[in-house]
Amino acid sequence: MSTPVIEPVRPVAAKSPSRRSAKPQRTTPARFDTALGWNDKPGLAWTLRILLCAIALAVFAAPFLTIFSGAFSTNPSGSSLSFLPHHGTLLNFEVAGERGIWDYLGNSLVIAGGGLLLQLTVCTLAAYALARHRFRGQALIMLLFMMTLMLPEEVIAIPLSLVLGDVPVVHLDLKGTVWGVILPLGAWGFSVMMLTEFMKDIPTEIEEAARLDGVGELRMLWQIVLPLCKPALGVAGVLGFIMIWDQYLLPLIASKDPTDYTVTVALSILRTDPEVGSGVVLAGAVIALIPSLIVYLLLQRSLVTGIAAGATKG
Amino acid sequence: MTATVPAPAARRVLGAISRKSVVPWLFLAPGLLLALVFKFWPMAKGVWLSFHDVRPFLGDKWTGLDNYTRVLSDHRFQDAIGHTLVLGIGQSLGAILLGIVLALLLEGQARSLKFIRTAVFLPAVTATAVVGELWRLMYYPTSDGLLNSGLHLLGLGPVQYLDDPNLALYSTMVMGIWIWAPYNMVIILAGLAGVDRTLYEAAAMDGVSLWQRLRHVTLPAIRPALSIVLTLAAIRGLRVFTEVYVLTGGGPAGSTEVWMTRAYTLGFTRNDIGGASAASVVLLCVTLLLTVTVNHFRKRGDVR
Repeated sequence: MSTPVIEPVRPVAAKSPSRRSAKPQRTTPARFDTALGWNDKPGLAWTLRILLCAIALAVFAAPFLTIFSGAFSTNPSGSSLSFLPHHGTLLNFEVAGERGIWDYLGNSLVIAGGGLLLQLTVCTLAAYALARHRFRGQALIMLLFMMTLMLPEEVIAIPLSLVLGDVPVVHLDLKGTVWGVILPLGAWGFSVMMLTEFMKDIPTEIEEAARLDGVGELRMLWQIVLPLCKPALGVAGVLGFIMIWDQYLLPLIASKDPTDYTVTVALSILRTDPEVGSGVVLAGAVIALIPSLIVYLLLQRSLVTGIAAGATKG
Repeated sequence: MTATVPAPAARRVLGAISRKSVVPWLFLAPGLLLALVFKFWPMAKGVWLSFHDVRPFLGDKWTGLDNYTRVLSDHRFQDAIGHTLVLGIGQSLGAILLGIVLALLLEGQARSLKFIRTAVFLPAVTATAVVGELWRLMYYPTSDGLLNSGLHLLGLGPVQYLDDPNLALYSTMVMGIWIWAPYNMVIILAGLAGVDRTLYEAAAMDGVSLWQRLRHVTLPAIRPALSIVLTLAAIRGLRVFTEVYVLTGGGPAGSTEVWMTRAYTLGFTRNDIGGASAASVVLLCVTLLLTVTVNHFRKRGDVR
């Protein structure tokens, strides 16, 4: 999800009025509401649309049901999967547990939690400086953060793995520790740019009034700016979590031995284990899927608006 | 890792230096430090390594462009570049087309449509490794595998999706389209939301066909969204790694080997760190070139 060209997001709040205060006006869908001119009246077009929607759901969402049905089924081979489980069982999860899946999940949660906390902190601080201060070299610094997006882990994997084994100046070996995964994820250009754009739109009057009251920089950020940035922080949080949870190469090269793997990387261990069947791999997949699913469903609104707002500005 | 909180005494000293100019740098310090150590330093090191014969314990030896010529003339690497292009282009165009279709289909305000959009977006938020396991099982090669049992109903024999060297790359491509089409859908939907509705009405007054309306009203309006989608897809296609690594590992017989899996194998399995670095540097240059070119054309398009 690192995206060199997605332009920063404008305040999402401006577009979507507060959910609680005013109920969004429900206009009746007119003929010209959509590009294809869909309408709600039963008819040929209506039936066609329902049919196509059903196909879209079957293609994009239904395969996820096979993960669940397979994970709770007692079939050893993994072939003959269906959308509904037969002979429900938790055996697959027990076997996956014996193979250490919960430890891997623990690694993942520590990395995702710590990584996200660090990322949000670092990016918020940088965005605050870029948005609310003027200083020499500002454009250059912005360019540097944008460049972090063009240096994904894939492209710098080999030297990065050397750096993780021996961090310059301090000469620490981060391999095999969660820091090896967390620290490289700290500075994420996307969040910096998005938060900067958002913070720029906070009126200076609010800031000036606070300064007259003698509010210092950190309190200004924490008590004045951050509460006004909640929508942007939501987007940065969801996208950041999904980006960190999706990491594959970084946990791989930052590990000393397989016990350091995250749960997504550990799926390959389950798969290559000749003693376990596909049901166990799918049980692992369920465990790796649930956290991102929860985050997405809780915050999908801000995620989708975030991606959309980020894209349309261009 | 957070910025240092100056104690009252220290704050007074800082204030004496010129508080205003120091403050922003204190806030920027953590981010710049992390980017420097874990992004820019490795990049510089990668460039350096790419010109050297890396020999542990003996010291690295300058070899000039040897790594580059060796890597670029290696036929396995040339194959990998070819696969990257086929996979990248096919996957990008497929995902964009499907994204447009999905966006046109799922555009609207109804609550049921929002639910469907949420469900359809699932592939884009699921970790690639999980998606890989899912598709590996859907591609199960025996006749009772999920996709093969569908084919079986149609009276077609089991297909070796991932084990057939002629098919494996395309099987990987289909998974890539499946992952990225919903993502593109969201961006295109946002573009569609910005279309001026009165233009649709005017077009209807003029009695133009649906196709003409899409071609002359909708398409120009979503062009910015499309150009973003295209850029993102191209860059993603170039550095594709996880999808391939999880699904096929580059096999069978190297038929799905792409740029980054090849570089990974060179660096971590063959221990040819110089060669792997050279491959990465070339990829980095191509990515940068692509980004700059596309941005150039986008800017020009905006002016017009």
